[in-house]
Amino acid sequence: MATKLSRRHFLAGTAGLTLGFTVDLRLPRSARAQGGPLKANVWVTIAPDGTVTIVAPSVEMGQGSMTGMPVIVAEELDADWAKVKVVPAPMNRAYGNPGFGGLQVTGASRSTPGFWMPLRLAGAQARRVLLDAVAAEWKVPVAELTTEPHVVVHAPSARRIGYGDVTKFAKVPAQLPNVTAADLKKSDQFRLIGKSLPRVELPDKVMGRAKFGIDAEVPDMVIATVLRGPSQGDAPDRVDDGAAKQVPGVGAVVPLPWGVGVVGSGYEAVQKGKAALKVTWKKGKAAGYDSERVRGDYAGVAASLSKKGVVAHEQGNAPRALGTAARTFEAAYVSDHVYHATMEPMNAVARVTADTAEVWVPTQAPSINQLAVAGALKIPPEKVTIHPQLIGGGFGRRLENDFVLDAVMLSKAVGKPVKVIWAREEDVKHTKYRPLVAQYLRAGLDENGNLSAWHHRIVGASIYARFNPRLFEALKGADTPVIEGYELSYAVGNQLQEYLREERGLDVGLWRSVGPGYTKFAIESFVDEIARGQRIDPLQFRLRLLAHNPRAGAVIRRVADWAEWDRKRPAGRALGIAFSDTWRSYIASIAEVSLDKKTGVIRVHEVWSVVDPGVAIQPDNIVAQIEGATTFGVSAALRERVVIEDGVVKNSDFHDYPLLRMSEAPEINVRVVSTNNAPGGIGEVGLPPVAPAIGNAIFVLTGKRLRSLPMSPDRVMAALRT
Amino acid sequence: MKLSVNGSQVDVAAAPDETLLWVLREKLKLTGTKFGCGMAQCGACTVHIDGKAARACQVRMAAVEGKKVTTIEGLLPDGNHPLQRAWIEEQVLQCGYCQSGQIMQAAALLRETPRPTKAQIVQHMNGNLCRCGTHGRIVRAIQRAAGGLGSSGCVAPCSKAVSPWPRNSRAATSSPARPA
Ligand code: FES
Ligand code: FES
Repeated sequence: MATKLSRRHFLAGTAGLTLGFTVDLRLPRSARAQGGPLKANVWVTIAPDGTVTIVAPSVEMGQGSMTGMPVIVAEELDADWAKVKVVPAPMNRAYGNPGFGGLQVTGASRSTPGFWMPLRLAGAQARRVLLDAVAAEWKVPVAELTTEPHVVVHAPSARRIGYGDVTKFAKVPAQLPNVTAADLKKSDQFRLIGKSLPRVELPDKVMGRAKFGIDAEVPDMVIATVLRGPSQGDAPDRVDDGAAKQVPGVGAVVPLPWGVGVVGSGYEAVQKGKAALKVTWKKGKAAGYDSERVRGDYAGVAASLSKKGVVAHEQGNAPRALGTAARTFEAAYVSDHVYHATMEPMNAVARVTADTAEVWVPTQAPSINQLAVAGALKIPPEKVTIHPQLIGGGFGRRLENDFVLDAVMLSKAVGKPVKVIWAREEDVKHTKYRPLVAQYLRAGLDENGNLSAWHHRIVGASIYARFNPRLFEALKGADTPVIEGYELSYAVGNQLQEYLREERGLDVGLWRSVGPGYTKFAIESFVDEIARGQRIDPLQFRLRLLAHNPRAGAVIRRVADWAEWDRKRPAGRALGIAFSDTWRSYIASIAEVSLDKKTGVIRVHEVWSVVDPGVAIQPDNIVAQIEGATTFGVSAALRERVVIEDGVVKNSDFHDYPLLRMSEAPEINVRVVSTNNAPGGIGEVGLPPVAPAIGNAIFVLTGKRLRSLPMSPDRVMAALRT
Repeated sequence: MKLSVNGSQVDVAAAPDETLLWVLREKLKLTGTKFGCGMAQCGACTVHIDGKAARACQVRMAAVEGKKVTTIEGLLPDGNHPLQRAWIEEQVLQCGYCQSGQIMQAAALLRETPRPTKAQIVQHMNGNLCRCGTHGRIVRAIQRAAGGLGSSGCVAPCSKAVSPWPRNSRAATSSPARPA
């Protein structure tokens, strides 16, 4: 998507906010007491004992950015990692992600790509502050100074001084030195990048000492939960709280526009109070929503070619090329709603006074929360402070404001700090699911068997129209997260990709690898089908279509070697392959799969993935992210499915929304190929190839194409009967 | 109500039908034990009661009166259990939210079966969910803690491209918090 995103685009519905923003390495600093720590810039503080404190701008939710981001700074600062202390970024626009127009938001695999250059420059600038100070003190030209880890060296006079000692005389100049890309290390000079340093926050986590959001506590805090209606968007009509107020420990019952809050002394008390509420509801716009019916509707829209969508991408003339093609293929795909299932339930602590609000919350989006809270309380955003906490799983769920506003409105109502904790069931039933999406693909081959035409139609509800209306408008309705992954690395001359927005009343939201979770399923299943249709090895077919793209070809070739693509598997097992190119990282995955034909249960035995993320900053963390996303992807591909009937979500907890367990998890093999390209995203990269690799293997086993997600046993059995 | 928590006798004001999980978290301020589902579905709340793994979200206070409860904060007095070290060495954790429960569940296994097979590990750990998908590393860490790893740091076949962690990674060693 070429559209350039500005900060303004992310400030949906927040008129009057006028912060211009770039990553500014020259923000003013307060003067320093002589002998105290040296604040070289907003990212780096150096203490006289040599301890270097580096700010980690992205929130830590398991993706490792609390380590991976500071490593980038430390590399250019030439710091000794053993002397580095990491602190999470407070709420401050200086730490916004340029990839989100300068907002403090963590998600969409944008931390590494967005912060890569700014953090390198920040580290180089801090180093330069030290060099300038030493040059002045020793009266030598700065060009004669170099650094070794944590030491400034003047080779001509054989003098050395540790970073801590430099702070004893260094002054931070009024105007911080200007550094450019020319001042940065070459990749062969990296000492930390590429080395897999242990993650900084893990010791606290294994000790049970790390404080997640749900562990936050402020003085005089009370506990609360919120009852929501049977369907999304229902509003309380009549509330009978007589019995609820009798429950020991329940202090107050507070009607909110979106539910009824119960406030009390502890989680169990407020849950009991909630169960004792009698509420009638005014139906919201999701009343009557039926996910099975919507599947059918959307599939119909996808296949009705007379109905045109928003053009996401067009080159050549795909319809005409299809008309003249020697051979054509077509296929339709549908994917159900899925749920995030973060292990830490939704929670937030809010302390609201007459004109301020403070919120301690495990959030991916402090900046979005700040604006939402300000809007809800009708106070200026500067009066709202968000304290981001450690996150027990994000996956896009924690980009929403619902749990934050629960805490804020209840704190305002009872005049005390309030911690809201959602029960698991409340999150299963009231989150914003990944959209249900239908896709229709058709393609044409010319007389030489080359892919000459490609037409991809994606039908589903919009995320941005609700979540970020201004951005939705700026994108002219091409809803990035919904359609992401549609872009083709494959060489096809004539292409048309369209998005057809269809709303049926249910609000939908972000998820781990939102769009590519299903667009790559469709694309990679379809490419496989076209290859097999011509009796060409699907791996070779992909290589042919990627001849112009060496990075893509390399990951495919390597994974084929590693998994021994050509080796025959034991009876009943087969391999499938898929490729993905989202978030500027390349990955190819092969799955070894079997199927119980009596029950329709698919088993994924082993997955091999080779990933080229550009410069691999923390290789083992990349391995871990791909392992995690692969497991997440297998779980989603085989069984995850939210069913909604008459507006009511049928699932309620892990027994009827079962996640993949250890006994079902495949062996996962990941290889990271570090290349000298700007680093791409990584948190979501492992997921898109999983489902199509599985489906493609099932075709080898059965001759049947599975075109619905999840590939649940009932659907597998139905396909086997066709 | 009197019971032993992490080796200390505590007397906590709690009703017999209150749940151990919430008494630990809210009254004893031992927040290392996590709430994930409240329905015995996830294992995030796993603690030991008289040495056996139990789901704290399913245990009423009446059932633990006079018993010995151990939480992640009290797994070893110095907080340096072989499993905790192995968890760091294998860099198991992602978000880490499920991991107190995973470690407590694994510790109960190793107490009964010091050298478990992979199948025994999987069977014993299967009730503990991890949404971040750390299953493979959990198995490896348990094997490592049980002394089952060769010098390569891998259990054959070892296909990972990344070398194992130095034994002296920055494991923290200060004492765990204790209830008063
Ligand atoms: S919280 Fe006890 S098993 Fe999930
Ligand atoms: S590490 Fe996040 S749920 Fe297990």
